Amino acid sequence: MTLWTVETLVPLPVMLPLFAAGLTLALHRFANVQRIISVAALAASTAASVALMFAADSGPLVVDVGDWAAPVGIDLVADRLSAVMLTVSGVMLLCVLLYSLGQGVPEGEDEDAVQSRVGDRIPVAIFHPTYLVLAAGVANAFLSGDLFNLYVGFEIMLAASSVLLTLGGTAERIRAGSVYVIVTLLSSLLFLTAIALIYAATGTVNLAQLSLRLPDVDPTVQLALQLLLLLAFGIKAAVFPLSAWLPDSYPTAPAPVTAVFAGLLTKVGVYLMLRMQTLLFPHNDLVDQILMVVALLTMLIGILGAVAQSDVKRLLSFTLVSHIGFMVFGIALASEAGTAAAIFYVVHHISVQTALFLVVGLVEYRGGSTSLDRLGGLAKLAPGLAVLFFVPALNLAGIPPLSGFLGKVGLLTEGVRDGSGLAWALVVGSVATSLLTLYAIVKAWNKAFWQAPPPEIEPHVPLPRGMVLPAGALVGFGLLLTVVAGPLYGYAERAAEASMDGRSYVEAVFPDGAERGRGESVEVAVEGGGHG
Amino acid sequence: MTVLENTPSAVLVLAIGVLFATGVYLLLERPLTRVLLGFILIGNGVNLLILVAGGRAGSSPIVGNDPAGEPMSDPLAQAMVLTSIVITLALTAFILAMAYRSWQLHGHDEVADDVEDRRVARQAAVNAPAFEDADATETGASLDEEAAEVHDDVADDDDHADRNDDGIPDRLQGRRRERKEDDR
Repeated sequence: MTLWTVETLVPLPVMLPLFAAGLTLALHRFANVQRIISVAALAASTAASVALMFAADSGPLVVDVGDWAAPVGIDLVADRLSAVMLTVSGVMLLCVLLYSLGQGVPEGEDEDAVQSRVGDRIPVAIFHPTYLVLAAGVANAFLSGDLFNLYVGFEIMLAASSVLLTLGGTAERIRAGSVYVIVTLLSSLLFLTAIALIYAATGTVNLAQLSLRLPDVDPTVQLALQLLLLLAFGIKAAVFPLSAWLPDSYPTAPAPVTAVFAGLLTKVGVYLMLRMQTLLFPHNDLVDQILMVVALLTMLIGILGAVAQSDVKRLLSFTLVSHIGFMVFGIALASEAGTAAAIFYVVHHISVQTALFLVVGLVEYRGGSTSLDRLGGLAKLAPGLAVLFFVPALNLAGIPPLSGFLGKVGLLTEGVRDGSGLAWALVVGSVATSLLTLYAIVKAWNKAFWQAPPPEIEPHVPLPRGMVLPAGALVGFGLLLTVVAGPLYGYAERAAEASMDGRSYVEAVFPDGAERGRGESVEVAVEGGGHG
Repeated sequence: MTVLENTPSAVLVLAIGVLFATGVYLLLERPLTRVLLGFILIGNGVNLLILVAGGRAGSSPIVGNDPAGEPMSDPLAQAMVLTSIVITLALTAFILAMAYRSWQLHGHDEVADDVEDRRVARQAAVNAPAFEDADATETGASLDEEAAEVHDDVADDDDHADRNDDGIPDRLQGRRRERKEDDR
């Protein structure tokens, strides 16, 4: 085996940020070195993800970590679905990092002034290592071909996110952090329980092997395992009955942290649901119907919550919950077109929701508050900011020709084609949710950007370029998704096709036939497994 | 393929059940330290569950150690339990730190309610008289007003300039008073 193959790229999105995290922690006294390392690591891992996205288009890439073949060792698998998630999350993580750098180093102002305006400056020394660990955890969750390694990635991500959420340890953040930490702990305990039971039922935790063995398990046990996993991921993805923690805990964090959480963490939950529903438990009508009901409730109740809010950050948190419903809708349709639409929607939503939270951070910087009652007249005071808000806001509501519209059209078309009563209810619900989203953000727009500016808002405050440019870049990325929507949608369709089929995934992991990896020691391990 | 005899021991299963039950009970409490204890208990319950999933104990899992062919214990389950113990330890440390910080700030470590959430609920109570339930005949409070009861320290700590002490913006206060007088 030559040293450098295309597979060499696969572990990079996990390794680079993790190594960089160690470096930045060791170099915590040198803030500038930290910044350079963080940006370089994330840029490199994003570049690797983009390369992976093209490489994975011709078939999944598999790396056996430590050169132990798959069922014994842990493997990382980059298929189309993983690669596209990695790419969009990489771009987003990079933009948010740059934004947070801009927030940390304001131009032409002393730090106290900023602190009094924004209320929270990020302690950079802790922020960088934690942020990089978060990036590594997310990448590990996306790439893992092993259920337990996936759990580890999940935990890395959650532990880092808990630290980020409680940065500074102010009263408000400790309150929000407690809720968040307890809920996430509960979800990971459920996940671990599910892993234990799956291992007891099948004797393996390798995803490819599971997809071969699970169909032989008793259907009732299968259903229990599936529901337990969906429960764990549903908490993380914040689908309706399990979503109450999200608007409680996200808005108090610093703007870049909220942006990352909103854009990424819930989507990891959605990705895991997508992976489980396609690879491990395909074709279970009962669960699909449950998911449809859940999707409908998530959409409607989330958006009704958003309408009631008078704080922009909370309003956006509720729209976040609501739009998770669209993705679950796509998953619940359990068809290639539905899954493709869900994948496209996830990609669109990551970029748009993050961009909106970043822009709201700028609004807070400019207007001194995120409460709609205290903002006003920003369209006149900061026209550039108004544009930055308006574009992703319309994109979120799904105004043609933006990417949100395209994703929704995909979902609605497939819902109509499905034709069942529930699917029609969801089609109607989706349209109603889109209209209510438009109502909610137009309300925010009217109150924050129109009307006479309240006297507290200073007329001339230059926005730091370091914050505006990354936010603008992410808004631009959202527009780029619209421009390349054709090829991207095609990619999502191929990803969905491969996921629904599952054979290419299994063949890539076990090239020498099912149940057998490339190593020598396989036979022993299979015998050692606790097979029931 | 040889299959290990893996009927789980009843003692382990019972222990798992007890750990889960007590853990869930503690998780439902408000103080963080109790939640933490609940988390640790369930965490250990799950660890035992993984161990049970690995089947009965056998000879040590080293290839070639026991050529006689006695079935080996499952090393994977042990590896997974080890990993999960480490993760539980790290998260325990984090929650302890958070509980300590909460105690520093407020003198206790109870998980508080969300202020903004309560504020929205209170506004709803002011704006629309909600339907009366059975309790309301006794306490005179509607469901929404009950929901608006704040259990929170943050609201007391913060000085909200434009709100009076129960956190309602001034312009809404007048309307609320009118309603209260109507009720009387």
